[in-house]
Amino acid sequence: MSENILEVNDLVKHYPVTQGVVFKKTVGQVKAVDGVSFGLRAGETLGVVGESGCGKSTLARVLMNLEKPTAGNVVYKGQDISKLSGGALRRLRRQIQLVMQDPYTSLNPRMTVGDLLGEPFEIHPEVAPKGSRRAKVRELLDLVGLNPEHINRYPHQFSGGQRQRIGIARALALRPEIIVCDEPVSALDVSIQAQVMNLLEQLQGEFGLSYVFIAHDLSVVRHLSDRVAVMYLGKIVEIGTEDEIYERPTHPYTQALLSAVPVPDPTQRHNKTIIRLTGDVPSPISPPSGCRFRTRCWKAQDVCAEQVPLLEIRRDSDHPSACHFAEKREIVASHEV
Amino acid sequence: MSDILVSEQSAPGPGGSGRPSGRLLEVEDLRVEFRTRDGVAKVINGVTYHVDAGETLAVLGESGSGKSVTAQTIMGILDTPPGFVTGGQVRFHGKDMLRMADEERRRIRGEGIAMIFQDALSALNPVFTVGFQIAEQFRVRRGMGRAEAKKRAIDMLDQVKIPNAKGRFNNYPHQFSGGMRQRAMIAMSLALDPEVLIADEPTTALDVTVQAQIMDLLAELQRERQMGMILITHDLGVVADVADRIAVMYAGRIVEEANVYDLYAKPAHPYTLGLIDSIPRMDEKGQQLRTIKGLPPNLMNIPPGCPFNPRCPMAQPVCREKVPPLLQVGPARASACHFAEELVNRV
Repeated sequence: MSENILEVNDLVKHYPVTQGVVFKKTVGQVKAVDGVSFGLRAGETLGVVGESGCGKSTLARVLMNLEKPTAGNVVYKGQDISKLSGGALRRLRRQIQLVMQDPYTSLNPRMTVGDLLGEPFEIHPEVAPKGSRRAKVRELLDLVGLNPEHINRYPHQFSGGQRQRIGIARALALRPEIIVCDEPVSALDVSIQAQVMNLLEQLQGEFGLSYVFIAHDLSVVRHLSDRVAVMYLGKIVEIGTEDEIYERPTHPYTQALLSAVPVPDPTQRHNKTIIRLTGDVPSPISPPSGCRFRTRCWKAQDVCAEQVPLLEIRRDSDHPSACHFAEKREIVASHEV
Repeated sequence: MSDILVSEQSAPGPGGSGRPSGRLLEVEDLRVEFRTRDGVAKVINGVTYHVDAGETLAVLGESGSGKSVTAQTIMGILDTPPGFVTGGQVRFHGKDMLRMADEERRRIRGEGIAMIFQDALSALNPVFTVGFQIAEQFRVRRGMGRAEAKKRAIDMLDQVKIPNAKGRFNNYPHQFSGGMRQRAMIAMSLALDPEVLIADEPTTALDVTVQAQIMDLLAELQRERQMGMILITHDLGVVADVADRIAVMYAGRIVEEANVYDLYAKPAHPYTLGLIDSIPRMDEKGQQLRTIKGLPPNLMNIPPGCPFNPRCPMAQPVCREKVPPLLQVGPARASACHFAEELVNRV
């Protein structure tokens, strides 16, 4: 097993909620990410799943050093990235790149593909000397399966899937070690989604990339990930290998999430039991005491309101699970054929 | 457990006639084009489908396949211009709605056919309370007084399982969560007890646990009321859970229609096959996903012959010349592929 190239230690990101215009006072905190720890190994894909508002995108922003963490840190090869500045920070940025969800808004409509993909080289001229940049861009286009002849086209001349390829090419330009993918395929149609997922896998093999793959689609995450972390209201509730999470989930939230995934096989429709969660995700401004899932959990006991369950290996869980009553449960796994 | 109504009728297909057939809602050879500055986009090119009471027809397709435009045409909410109906019929109880007086058509909306949309926040009016928007229908369409309309509206909110319906009556849409808003919209669309409900991507914007709640609710309400439901979606998982029959659309045409079990077990069109194959599956983990190569066609310039031919792994010269008609390929199923027989009969 290779070493962690990225380590996230007890990461916290709170956003203040303010009131008043002239005299602003902070009336609360949105606890977007609230104590998240994990390691990312070289060459692996870590999937992060969770519903909207669970903090997965905030996590991506902190990993990219686009936001400073409120507490905790992100360590890349021994360096705390939030403490870097100037040249050191610029060098780091080469190594961690981002692919965003929306291929329509993440590309500047007034720049040609050549400019869009050439821009990283202007910021990091050491990667490609001036004369070789056009050639580099053509190479990148070819790499992601686009026609290098289209170097002078604008984003609107491409379809959604092609734009996502441009986004991936841009992330690849500086040959990073880590790519954070924030919902990279959720805006795409099924047939195009498969193409982009194949591309991501192929590039990982070619360049030995590590991915942090954030998505809400559990089957997409399963297909690509080596390990999976399940988030709920700013915390990781369960983390393990893809098999551990999908075959032997022990946290009730993971179990409910998996059971709710529609199975693309009509013959299974009466064989599965959906664990029906009632209600909605509570507000991250005032999350429930103790276990944050307890308000929707069918197993909740008094202890759940009093004690925050730690993310640790438990008696009935061979991988870390943040539930006082973690145990296996038969789930008809999604898309098992 | 849903009672599956296997449609016992002959296969859908062309050659229908204008006479009443006892069907609840039928779309026949519908054609719609969008006339834009850049040219004419042929968005719907001869769509034929129907839905009967108590059954769920899923219309499956990717963006731009024309599934929503068909629904908008049925409801009479197509933006004109740029959208123009250039042919075909939409019959409700045998009467062509496209040739009806506006007044008559308006009566069908809400009472005959109602629709729910993907984005509940933009489908609800932000400056009126949710309760008011539901009660309004009872007052305008049923001539009820304020108090009675309110009572009925609260009853509707109850039926869609909104907790504390009475207290929620005076809330504005922004005070509802995403799932609650979708419930409110369902309450609104069902207020006048429609015979057909069109659900256009009703759960696409929702999280998976909430999606399960909403799909359950829809299925339950449909069963109770024996409504016909047209479920428009791109999600092959949702379809497998709730549909009785499926119509697959591509480039403004139905390319395959079958009952849900046949379609998943043995697709009769290479596009359907490609879609089902491109879902990530666990038994193929680590392998490449099978994909459909290329992109959907530009609707201003649909390729001659079969619109799917440039992306089709089975394409032959005939596919570039002749548009394959939607023909029966088995009991109650149809496919618009020259090689449908071979696909269905393959081992």
